Amino acid sequence: MASEHVIEPAEPMVTDPVAPADDTSRRHPRQSFDEPSGAGRLGRYALLCLVTFVVVFPIYTTVVAALKPGSEVLENPLVPTTVTFDVIVDAWNEGRLGRYLLNSFIVAFVVTTAQVVTSVLAAYAFAILQFPGKRIVFLVFVATLLVPLEATLVVNLDTVDSLGWLNTYQGLAVPFLATAFGIFLLRQVFLTLPRDLRDAAAIDGVGHLGFLRHVAIPLVRPTIGALALFSFLGTWNQYLWPNLVINEADMNTVQSGLRLLSRSSLSEPNLVMAGTVIAAVPIFIALFVFQRQLVRGLTAGAVKG
Amino acid sequence: MLAPSAVILGVFVLYPLGRAVWLGQQRCDNFGNNCVSQGFGQYLDLFRSTEFQNALEVTFRFALITVPAGVILGVGLAVLADKYLRGIGVFRAVFSSTVATSVAVASLMWLFLLQPSVGALANVGWFNSLFPSVKSPGWLQDPDTALWAVSASSVWANLGFTFILVTAGLQSIPRDLHEAAAVDGAGGIRRFWSITVPMLGPTLLFVMIVSSTRAFQTYGEIDLLTGGGPQPTNPTTTIPYFIYGQNSPIRNDAGLQAGAAVLLFLMLLVLSGLQLAGIGRRVHYGE
Repeated sequence: MASEHVIEPAEPMVTDPVAPADDTSRRHPRQSFDEPSGAGRLGRYALLCLVTFVVVFPIYTTVVAALKPGSEVLENPLVPTTVTFDVIVDAWNEGRLGRYLLNSFIVAFVVTTAQVVTSVLAAYAFAILQFPGKRIVFLVFVATLLVPLEATLVVNLDTVDSLGWLNTYQGLAVPFLATAFGIFLLRQVFLTLPRDLRDAAAIDGVGHLGFLRHVAIPLVRPTIGALALFSFLGTWNQYLWPNLVINEADMNTVQSGLRLLSRSSLSEPNLVMAGTVIAAVPIFIALFVFQRQLVRGLTAGAVKG
Repeated sequence: MLAPSAVILGVFVLYPLGRAVWLGQQRCDNFGNNCVSQGFGQYLDLFRSTEFQNALEVTFRFALITVPAGVILGVGLAVLADKYLRGIGVFRAVFSSTVATSVAVASLMWLFLLQPSVGALANVGWFNSLFPSVKSPGWLQDPDTALWAVSASSVWANLGFTFILVTAGLQSIPRDLHEAAAVDGAGGIRRFWSITVPMLGPTLLFVMIVSSTRAFQTYGEIDLLTGGGPQPTNPTTTIPYFIYGQNSPIRNDAGLQAGAAVLLFLMLLVLSGLQLAGIGRRVHYGE
């Protein structure tokens, strides 16, 4: 692998979120037939730049508005006439974006950790252990994948309310501590572990939990990383559930907090845009860092399914 | 080892689904109390109601706009960026970037873009004179354009996801195929239709099903951009917004809410069935 990297052209592979690390079929000499030259290359660059302009435009206007003082928002929305960070600071303080980020982080972290743990345990049971009715139980678990949040929401809201969990972290997190997606995904990779591995460990007197911890989990770490990122993003992006469970300002997540900010500051678009920027930046950074896990997570459904 | 998952999935997925099916034939107050049984015919009455029919139509229209647009744009961008050019990684990063926006972030960006009074486009001189309707009445405020405007926001927000999946799909196509075809004299367009599209089939199917499922669950965009309006025709009230939105006519009746949610579940079940069938085909295809 490493030696193959050497013959790659010095392209900025680090910024390429979709380049697979292990795809040898793409490695070929530079003078390939599908490396355009001359006019074709220029035309393609022009097209790429045009599309980039369109894709980036909403982000650009948002950032420009966030960096402007309120008096200038309506003039020249495309040009940052006066650059100030005051509005971003305002959104952080008055809009309580700092608090919302913290809430979202706590909930997403708890849900992610729990989903990984519950999925690993259940997936291991379905892949390695033998017990009566395994097939049926597995089918029931997988069937829960087909149930959308919308269908369970009315009753879950009632359950959370009767537990006294409205406006709490428990209310935001507990219904999502397990996911059939993770169980299914990890079961598939546990099934690929050689049977001999477990047999050898059993002969050495290693129990299931020990085997899981020292052998199975290290071997499937990439999939766990992908699942973790997938869970984190999914929880972070939840919109409908927090809106229904939370009505105390301090307990809002970033998403429901942004909704609150946009409703209360309709006349101050730059404040709302500043809040939007604050809410978006951590995820942009996180995805940049974890781009490989992201691609793996997103394609997991398509390829591994 | 199964117990933790079983408890959570049982209490928060299976039990509420079962109870929702039961609640769906009752009329209740908004806490799901004081319910009066109406019989399962209530599902049919609900389905036939003008409000549900409107939401159903809106949801289908929304899906029929966003799914093809998303797939075509995603494939177009992925093919465009699937070349060996200096700096292509930067373009790929840009095209993937909208995957980092949540529904709220993306919708508020577009809300600011499209606001008739304080929005960005309405205050760009040349754009405003080219498209006066962006200022008056405003694309989100005009019943004829509102759904299109929401769709644009949604397609944009999901473009990064589609782009990443299609790019991964493109990269799994063996290069030999393209090279052999090129040697035989097939041009770029011919190779796109004869190699790329068929080889991308499974990926495209997956993308389409995920996008349709998402279209049927669209709530956040509607809540932030239009509130289901403009009134009184509600041309952007999707089924989830009809059930849970703040202007929902059934907001104060847990029975009707549960009933409508079960109807939505059944529709998604059909889509999921397609998805499973698609996966079955893909596994077969790959081996």
